Amino acid sequence: MLLSAALFMIGVVGVMIRRNIIVIFMSIELILNAVNINLVAFSSQLQNVVGQVFAVFVIAVAAAEAAVGLGIILAFYRNKETVNIDEMNLMRW
Amino acid sequence: MGQAIAFYTLAAFILGFAVLVVSTKDTVHSVLFLVLDFLFVAALYVLLGAPFLAVIQVLVYAGGIVVLYLFVVMLVNLKRPPEAHHDPHRRTTLGFGLAIAVLLELVVIGVYQTVGPVAAAVPGPAMPVTGNTEQVGWLLYTSYLIPFEIASMLLLVAMIGAIVLAKREL
Repeated sequence: MLLSAALFMIGVVGVMIRRNIIVIFMSIELILNAVNINLVAFSSQLQNVVGQVFAVFVIAVAAAEAAVGLGIILAFYRNKETVNIDEMNLMRW
Repeated sequence: MGQAIAFYTLAAFILGFAVLVVSTKDTVHSVLFLVLDFLFVAALYVLLGAPFLAVIQVLVYAGGIVVLYLFVVMLVNLKRPPEAHHDPHRRTTLGFGLAIAVLLELVVIGVYQTVGPVAAAVPGPAMPVTGNTEQVGWLLYTSYLIPFEIASMLLLVAMIGAIVLAKREL
């Protein structure tokens, strides 16, 4: 539990302090991993396999998120030549 | 006892590599630390009695997602480091402060929760099979069939979306 919380926090810190969007995506992966550790820990604690099934779903959704996110990064980089999120104001009105 | 030692060793490695992932300046190094982190998480899954999930973790994360990240990092080769110029809007201390506050909240919640009795495991539908992989597969194809199919649809949509986004012109 504490391991999961600590890993989650490292991911959140990464999202907050870094300005490179690829590192931010990796931090999101860390957060999802923390959630998975929590699910598996409870699954083994309660002798119930349902937690592992949900962890499988989390992994599937994380894979989808990574694919779409990296596609967006590529498309954005082609237009603006940057991966710094402070310069990403394309949608600002 | 040995299990506890293994758990704490793995936990230390996972946290250390996670810190390195976030703190390293070079993005490629960051991705490689991420691979190590995922591998240690897979070892932790084995320790927690989920070997099927450990294999999935190695295949999907360490094998698939990280290769995707590496490709993007190589394609987006940075001429100038994005964090080199000083930015007055960076609120590093605020970010750390918020994260520590949330961590303290979680610890308090955890301490209060562990006082109460642990709820008894809800008996699922009768499991005709034994073995971790068989159990996970059995649940996936019986109780969680609809979410399973929705997840596959989500993956299909994400694949098409990624291809459309990454194409140079439609």
